[in-house]
Amino acid sequence: MLNLVALILLFPLIGAAFNGTIGKRLRKENVGYIACGAIGLSFFVSLLVFCGLLLLPPEERLFEKQLFCWIESGSFKSVVGLQVDPLSTLMILVVTGVGFLIHIYSIGYMHHDKGYHRYFCYLNLFTFSMLLLVLSNNFLLMFIGWEAVGLCSYLLIGFWFEKKSASNAAKKAFVVNRVGDFGFALGIMLIFLTFHTIDFTEVLSAASHGNFEAGSFTITIITLLLFMGATGKSAQIPLYTWLPDAMEGPTPVSALIHAATMVTAGVYMIVRCNALYMLSPFTMIVVAGIGAVTALFAASIGLVQNDIKRVLAYSTISQLGYMFLACGVGAFTAGVFHLMTHAFFKALLFLGSGSVIHALSGEQDMRKMGGLRHHIPTTYKTFLVGTVAIAGIPPFAGFFSKDEILLESLVRGNFIYWSIGALAAFFTAFYMFRLLFMTFHGESRLDHHAAEHLHESPRNMTLPLTVLAGLSFFGGFLGIPGASAINHFLSPVLGGHGHTEIPGAASGGHHGAWLPYLMMVVSTAIALGGIFLAYHMYIKKPALPKKLAERFSLIYKLLLNKYYVDEIYDALFVHPTKKISAQILWKLVDVKMIDGSVNGIARLVRGFGNVLRLLQTGYIRNYAFYIVLGCIFIIVFAVFGK
Amino acid sequence: MPILTLITFLPIIGVFFILSMDSRRSELIRVTTLLVSVVVFFISLPLYVTFDAHTYEMQFVEKLQWIPSFGIHYHVGIDGISLFLILLTTFITPISILASWHITRNVKEYMVAMLVLETGMIGVFISLDLFLFYVFWELMLIPMYLLIGIWGGPRRIYAAVKFFIYTMAGSVFMLLAIIALYFLNHRTTGEYTFNLLEFYRLDLSFAVQFWLFLAFAFAFAIKVPMFPFHTWLPDAHVEAPTAGSVILAGVLLKMGTYGFVRFCLPLFPEASHAFIPVISWMAIVGIIYGALVSMVQDDLKKLVAYSSVSHLGFVMLGIFAFNIQGIEGGITQMINHGLSTGALFLVVGMLYERRHTRMIADFGGLTKQMPVFATFFLIVTLSSIGLPGLNGFVGEFLILVGTFKSRILYASIATSGIILAAVYMLWMFQRVMFHEITHEENKTLQDINKREFAILIPIMLLIFWIGIYPSSFLRKMDASVNHLLKQIGEKANIVSNVQKQNNNITPLIDIVPETKTEW
Repeated sequence: MLNLVALILLFPLIGAAFNGTIGKRLRKENVGYIACGAIGLSFFVSLLVFCGLLLLPPEERLFEKQLFCWIESGSFKSVVGLQVDPLSTLMILVVTGVGFLIHIYSIGYMHHDKGYHRYFCYLNLFTFSMLLLVLSNNFLLMFIGWEAVGLCSYLLIGFWFEKKSASNAAKKAFVVNRVGDFGFALGIMLIFLTFHTIDFTEVLSAASHGNFEAGSFTITIITLLLFMGATGKSAQIPLYTWLPDAMEGPTPVSALIHAATMVTAGVYMIVRCNALYMLSPFTMIVVAGIGAVTALFAASIGLVQNDIKRVLAYSTISQLGYMFLACGVGAFTAGVFHLMTHAFFKALLFLGSGSVIHALSGEQDMRKMGGLRHHIPTTYKTFLVGTVAIAGIPPFAGFFSKDEILLESLVRGNFIYWSIGALAAFFTAFYMFRLLFMTFHGESRLDHHAAEHLHESPRNMTLPLTVLAGLSFFGGFLGIPGASAINHFLSPVLGGHGHTEIPGAASGGHHGAWLPYLMMVVSTAIALGGIFLAYHMYIKKPALPKKLAERFSLIYKLLLNKYYVDEIYDALFVHPTKKISAQILWKLVDVKMIDGSVNGIARLVRGFGNVLRLLQTGYIRNYAFYIVLGCIFIIVFAVFGK
Repeated sequence: MPILTLITFLPIIGVFFILSMDSRRSELIRVTTLLVSVVVFFISLPLYVTFDAHTYEMQFVEKLQWIPSFGIHYHVGIDGISLFLILLTTFITPISILASWHITRNVKEYMVAMLVLETGMIGVFISLDLFLFYVFWELMLIPMYLLIGIWGGPRRIYAAVKFFIYTMAGSVFMLLAIIALYFLNHRTTGEYTFNLLEFYRLDLSFAVQFWLFLAFAFAFAIKVPMFPFHTWLPDAHVEAPTAGSVILAGVLLKMGTYGFVRFCLPLFPEASHAFIPVISWMAIVGIIYGALVSMVQDDLKKLVAYSSVSHLGFVMLGIFAFNIQGIEGGITQMINHGLSTGALFLVVGMLYERRHTRMIADFGGLTKQMPVFATFFLIVTLSSIGLPGLNGFVGEFLILVGTFKSRILYASIATSGIILAAVYMLWMFQRVMFHEITHEENKTLQDINKREFAILIPIMLLIFWIGIYPSSFLRKMDASVNHLLKQIGEKANIVSNVQKQNNNITPLIDIVPETKTEW
């Protein structure tokens, strides 16, 4: 069954090629069927592969299928090979499973759009690229997938290219990601130079079999460079700025690419390279630190945003921060677990917000919503499940995964990590319930036009919502403390219990048995606190938020304007580069200096010619004069020259 | 069958046919020219198929006496380095001719120039006799000069003269160096010859190598063009007709980089080693500088022209990495640049034919009117950016790996070029293709027609082919590149011994062995 793995990639690729070439001439239904069918088949094969893997004994669960040699030059070699192991299998299940639901949802959501076939072509192409990313067996092949998902993201953010904001956002996403890729590419080169191979299995086994000392300088640089790539793709500080803007794309795209799958690629990459990261305590501190700070930073921005999708975007950045925090303290399984549950509930939330936007004919501003729960009940109910899940109320999925991260960050990390994570969790509960209350509860603030067309979404949109709500509810049981199925499943890739100690870090794990239970109570209390505050501010006393905003207007403005980071980047990087390039490099150096001297030489030659031309007068007497002058010169030279 | 001679001189035979035609029958002339170039392309294909990848020896060799009294031969042959440049030439020429269908003024003369140009270009890549090489090198200058000067834009005379004189200035030094080699060879072997393979065996002192390298490098650096010798390029590109730009970018610039690989490195290995820092820094500056200047252009052709400076900087950096990844990457990137930048000029030409402007500000929102065109344009743009899976990535990444192996610092700086490439290309693409249509004229634009489709499709196929399965190209280069590296390495050792004995010139730069990695 494992041999079928290439089919998982093939179906979406065929779907994309089909819709990309002749999709325009097909009927809309058929375009949708082809695209969904491709992903559906891919999901089915993924399940088969998963079963095939389960049939093997745990220590033999690694299967590689080499297709052909891609680039080979001297000792440098990169093959196109697929790697099936518990980690990649889990990822392909999430990608094809959630992807399939979002494809179905898109049929309804994009029904009126003119670029219907183009949309599904891109969406299939994205799924192909994402699957390539997770299935690749070496760094460079992963890099193809890495850049290809970036391309699809570019195409889909800029899907409505007539909108200037959309095409700007698309370009920004690509360029910012390229900054990260700069690090990734250098990382791959350094890996090749150090290990003489870029194959995952070989590099990681060389790393874990003691050829390198913990804290080795080279490994630290490698892991930092790779992490630079991760900060781009997974939207972490300092490269997160593209993700909020990416909300210009169609909402199902935000759900699939900018919440559930692509943005988790960075986490996946670090987990994949855990053997390398474990060798560098310094990098681990950086990863955990950036993860924790991003989690809090993005959550704080999310507190005051009014665009429903932007709140969710900042929430995504914040949740990704949690995953990096988990990786940074060495709790890779917890990171992957949260990746999975987050894929469920964040896809649900985005699709739910899409359903809201659909119902309101395109309105995204929460200040113009309110009281929607009676009008779109299915959306409301499923959205509620998602909100509760992300807020971290037991027994919903988000509770287990987030709780595990917080616990690990305390046990393996330190109190600072935990307190940042806990504060961010409080913020999360608050802003998510704020969103819920502003959208679905309270007085209706709809404008006339929107209210008239208000309608619940069609079946093909609510069905995926329901399925995802189920997953957001039950998904957490895969990782309940003590009997964690996911922990057990991933252990061949992540060693031991999926948790390896960082050499040199403060030794954890010797906590009392009571600690996990205490932590559960504490994190539930934190979440409830956030919910209560949101309830108090947005249901009980709806006038309070405005007063607070006026009272703390400085902080409020800072948060509302996202700490002015975009403006700072523009002032620091964008404008100076443009200005220097145009004024100094082009107009001064190129035109004036280089070309000026070229033309100057030409003028000099011409001028010299003009002077010499004066000698050629055509008068015999002048020439005779020159002859005499020459004779005198020769005589003088002959007499005195010696 | 003497394939090389056939493909070189078939265009000239075509010229005679066309000369005999009535100049008013322009359609016939066009079709005949196209036919000739297509036939040349098909005759050149067996070069690839029957090329023996296991040997570095010159293949398809033909050697005839030409001017015996001076030891000049008609001596041609190819190896894994020149193979793809010849195929690139025979591939690009019919495409350029097909892209010249809109030329209505002096069609006959135009087509004659195109065919003579093809002869010159192929000749440059197959010559193994330096005298013959020089003849072809100068020969191809003339039709290009005419193409720019007659069928060019408003400032065509300035651009054509600048192009001609710039190149000539370099060529003069090269000619001097060739003559010097001729006499030096006579001094050691007692034989008068221009045979390149004989020259390879010479043991030149470092001082001689130093000056001869400079003379050759000057000619080639102008041709590449390397920063700061690049200012003829934007002018030439902007004024040249579409086909001129395509050939200029696609093939002519490659003569500079090819020259370094074919002549400078194996003839003057020690000097080449010594010049690594100089050339590398010029290349790096070119990469960054070209990208930054390209970013702020408002003329599409100028933008693409400056991007060439950046791309060819990568090629030069790879060649001077002095290892297999760098040089193979460099050769691959020569092909890639020919395809992507050639295609970019074609695409810009299609826009120009429709709107008679190249200013970015005059466009915007074209995707709506021209969806098929938009797809092609996007693929070409991404290929130029170096998106993995398309051709540009393979060359660029190998170059960077090669450079990284020898000098980490160089590679790290050059890699930032991939960020800038995304900036200037995507920004341009956005301004031309996205947003609402603001200019009335753009609302009635036609999507691409069958002829334009036929022009672009072959390039697209190669873009994907090289991107997905580069092995069919890289494997043919292996033997030749390995031999080149051996040549450089071995000869460098011999000379450095000689040099130690009579150490009368201090090299300007410290020589760094290529195996050593520096931070």
